[in-house]
Formats: sequence, C-alpha cells, structure tokens
Amino acid sequence: MVSTALFFLFAGFAIACAVSMVYHKNPIYSAISLVGVFIALSCIYLTLAAPFIAIVQILIYAGAIMVLVIFVIMLLNLDDEKPLNRLRFLYPLGGLFGIVLLAQTLFIYYAVMRAPSVPSDQSVTTGNTLGIGRAMYTEYLLPVEIVGFMLLMAVIGAVMLVRGLRIEPEVTVVSMGTGNLGDTAKVESDTVRSETGSDNDAHLVEN
Amino acid sequence: MESVIKNAFPFVVISVGILLAFQGVLMIVAYTVLAERKVLGWIQGRIGPNRVGPWGVLQPFADLLKFIFKEDLIPDKSTKFVYFLAPFVALTCALLPIVVYPFGPAITTVDWSFLPYGLGDGVTVLPLTIARIDVGLLFVLGITSVGVYGIALAGWSSNNKYSLMGGLRSSAQLISYELAMGASIIGVVMLAGTLDLNGIIFAQIRSPFRWFIIPQFIGFVVFLIAAFAETNRIPFDLPEAETELVAGFHTEYSALKFALFFMAEYVNMFTVSVIGTTLFLGGWYVPGLSHIFEPGSIPYALVSHIAFIGKICGFLFLYIWVRGTLPRFRFDQLMNFGWKFLLPVALGNVILTIVIVYFLNR
Repeated sequence: MVSTALFFLFAGFAIACAVSMVYHKNPIYSAISLVGVFIALSCIYLTLAAPFIAIVQILIYAGAIMVLVIFVIMLLNLDDEKPLNRLRFLYPLGGLFGIVLLAQTLFIYYAVMRAPSVPSDQSVTTGNTLGIGRAMYTEYLLPVEIVGFMLLMAVIGAVMLVRGLRIEPEVTVVSMGTGNLGDTAKVESDTVRSETGSDNDAHLVEN
Repeated sequence: MESVIKNAFPFVVISVGILLAFQGVLMIVAYTVLAERKVLGWIQGRIGPNRVGPWGVLQPFADLLKFIFKEDLIPDKSTKFVYFLAPFVALTCALLPIVVYPFGPAITTVDWSFLPYGLGDGVTVLPLTIARIDVGLLFVLGITSVGVYGIALAGWSSNNKYSLMGGLRSSAQLISYELAMGASIIGVVMLAGTLDLNGIIFAQIRSPFRWFIIPQFIGFVVFLIAAFAETNRIPFDLPEAETELVAGFHTEYSALKFALFFMAEYVNMFTVSVIGTTLFLGGWYVPGLSHIFEPGSIPYALVSHIAFIGKICGFLFLYIWVRGTLPRFRFDQLMNFGWKFLLPVALGNVILTIVIVYFLNR
C-alpha cells in the first residue's frame, strides 16, 4: 500500500517535471526540471529495492552530466524571449516519435499483463552492489568491455576535436600539397605548437 | 491503542535519532565557526571574538540572531524563483548525508524489556546510524555533488557578473576535483570490499593496519587536497575570491539566505571530515578499547563516539590551520593541478592498489 502510494507520488513528480522541462521557454528552468525527473526516477529505483542504480542515477546524471549542461547554458547566456521558429519542421516528427513511444508503452503493458506472475524471490541480491559487480564481471563481461571501449573512443575523439581547433588552416593546406612527408611535418609542428601554447611565434618560425 | 503505539514506536525512535543527529551536527558546525575565528585570531596574533559570553562562547547565537533580523535584499532583475531555490538546495544537499554517518558502534548489550507495552521485545541492537544502506559512501558523494546546483544557480540567478563568474568557477572546480576525490576513495573501497560506511570501519578493524591511512597514504593525501577544493575552502576558494569577485556566487545574498549558504559550507566541511575519518582514520574505532570495555556496551559506544567526534574535530582544525597559513591559488593553477597532477596520482594509486589486492588475494 505504502509502496504504491510512493510510486504514484514519485511517478507524478517525474511526469510533472518532464512536462515542465518540455514546455519551459527558459533553458535553465528546463535543465532544473530534468534534474527533478532524475531525482524522482532514483526515488522510484529505491522503492524497487535497487539502491545502487538509484544512487548512480543521481551521481552520474544529476551530479555530473546536468551540471555540465547548466554550465554550458550559463556560459552561452541564451536569450529566453526569442521563440525557436527555425525548428518548426521538427514538430510533426516529434509527434510521430511520441505516437511510437506510446505504442511501445502499450505493447509492454500488454506483454506484462499476459505474462504469468511469479512471486519475486526476496533472497536475491540483484540490486546490491556486490550482486551487480559480480554479474558485470562474470556473466556480462563482454558488454561491459564493449561499453568501456566505446567510452574510451569517445574520450579520445573529444581530445582530438579540441586539439584539432589549434591547427591553423593555411598550415593544413600547405602540408596537404606535399604529401606524406608534409603530413609528418605537420604533426610535428602541431606538437610543438601545442606545447608552446600555439602562439604566433611558432607559426612564423615554421613559415 | 497498544497496537498503535507498537506501530508508531519505530518511527518515534527514528525521528528522535534524526533530531539528535541533525541538532548535534548543527551545534558542532556553529562552534566550528567560532573556533575558526578564535584560531585565526591566534594565528594572526589577535584575540578573536570575546565579548558575547565568557570567551565568546555565545557568539554563534549572536551571529544567527543578527542574520535573522537583517534586511533581506532581493536584486531587482534577479530570476526570483531560482534565486529563492538556490540556498535551500545548497543547505539540503549539505544536510542530507547526515543520515548515513556512522556515529558509533551498535549498542547490543542493553536489555530493552523494561519498556512498557512490550516495546522492547525482540529488540537487541541499537545502531548509532540513522540509515545503514548498502551504498552509503556513494550516497554521500552523490548528494554532495548535487549541492553544486545551489552555488551554480545562485550565481546565475543573481544577475550579477561577479556572481556568475563565481558560479561558473565553482561548477568547473567541483567537477574537476570530484574525479580526483572519487579516484582516491576507490583504493579504500577495494581494500574494504564494501561501500557501506560501517562495513568500511569493520574492514579496517579486521585489517592488520587498523587504519587505512597506512596502506592508502597516497589516496589520503589526494583525498585531503580534493576535499579542500570540494568545500571551496582556502587555498581553493576561487568561487568567492574577494579580491577578484567581491564575494563570488553569494554577492547578492543577504540576511538568512546568506546564512544558509554559510551553514552549507561548514556542514560540507563536516561531511568531508566524516568521510575522511571513516575511510582513512578508522571511524569510531579506538585501538585497544575492547580490552577495557565490553564491545557493544554503553561505555564502549560512548568512548567510540567521542573518539569519532574528536577525529572529525582534528580534520576541522586542519581546515582552519590551512586557512590561516596558505594563500589562494590562481584559477589556471587550480585547474592544471587538479587535472594534470592530482588525477594521475589518484589513478596511479588505484592501479597500485589493484596489483597489491590481486597478489594478496591469490
């Protein structure tokens, strides 16, 4: 009884926050609403006896990712009065995705209703840290490795993107004309430049 | 009637526990402020507050009254809702971790059958922790990392360039140093094999070193440095560097709202001290105390609890000492130090610990 009431409380809070996130014109309010959604979701995880997922939800999404999002919004200082007419054509697409999502929800509901109800085993420690760690490093080792590898690629990609900003356009053009040798020279000069703080002197010396 | 009392009794006990714990922590925090002013006074060759009560003992309450009765100014062009929300977010996220603090060992030797209505039947353990959850350490880290919203939103909503700079600096600093702090803690978690704060204390008692500061000294140093940055304290108090930013993110806050930020900062100091004590200094454990008192008895719990508070006070004194001694970093130095020195050292410590734990468990 209590758990049902808590579920409706947190689910209602999550839905209210989600609606407010979509409808607010001001991006900061949208971001705060999204944090509210994450916190409500983590409360629902807690009522489902999954404390690890609940805390990680707060730690990763609310504590790290959304802080970065708010950081960017604060830096950009967006004009909240201006309506986004530019993206009008996305509205029908959004409606379509909404209908698909609703159909999926109904299908899951239908499937759950049809499935035979098995009483849950209280002794299972699936939600505990130990159980999750054991499952991740034995049964699901390959998916964990794949995800780790993809994250590593993303990190390296991000570093490469930031480093790429330091290459001045004219240097790139020159080195492209001279083929392989020039490419090596370009890489070397980039290394030098990034070490010397990419000031203009290094550029002059190379030319 | 009897069944109502029986059903309500656990909630009453928990409520009393929460009241005592929060009240106790807030009292210690209030006197940390006084201790800070006194100790800074000694370091700088002054006397410090000595007017309110003997030795200035009532100074925290005088300060609080002053904060309550001051005029509450609200900037005209501020974003009102967020401006009001920010101090509450900051203080709530600072106070929430109190529920998992391991205040002392469980009391197991008391016979509770003297309670009326048979309330004590079957009760054998009185834990000195409000909520013993499986992921207590992650809970503290997660909730304190949400606290940065208070500072960032305060800076943004004040509509003041100094506040905005303070808020931005604070978000950047907290994200950077959270990584180093998390990495420094992993070593202890691997040695203990649990994320439960009481479990970590028991793991230290079982280990041959008694305190994890000995096998995890590098982790402890990294944790200590990251802790100063996480709590925005000198030498890492860039978000409120008064020579550059007036007062940083709380420039536009006055009266009780400023007091909430002020309290949040000191409660965060207390939280970090609790984590440091629990992970590296054995928590409430006093070596050799089990030979004097029986473990689980009331005197044992009491002495352990006092030892716990004493270790925390040592941490808090270190905070004040460093504040009186060190100058402030420049912001680029802070970022370089965090990313290029502290994080690699913490990760190296993690790898070293992995190797050692692997060979020990073979």
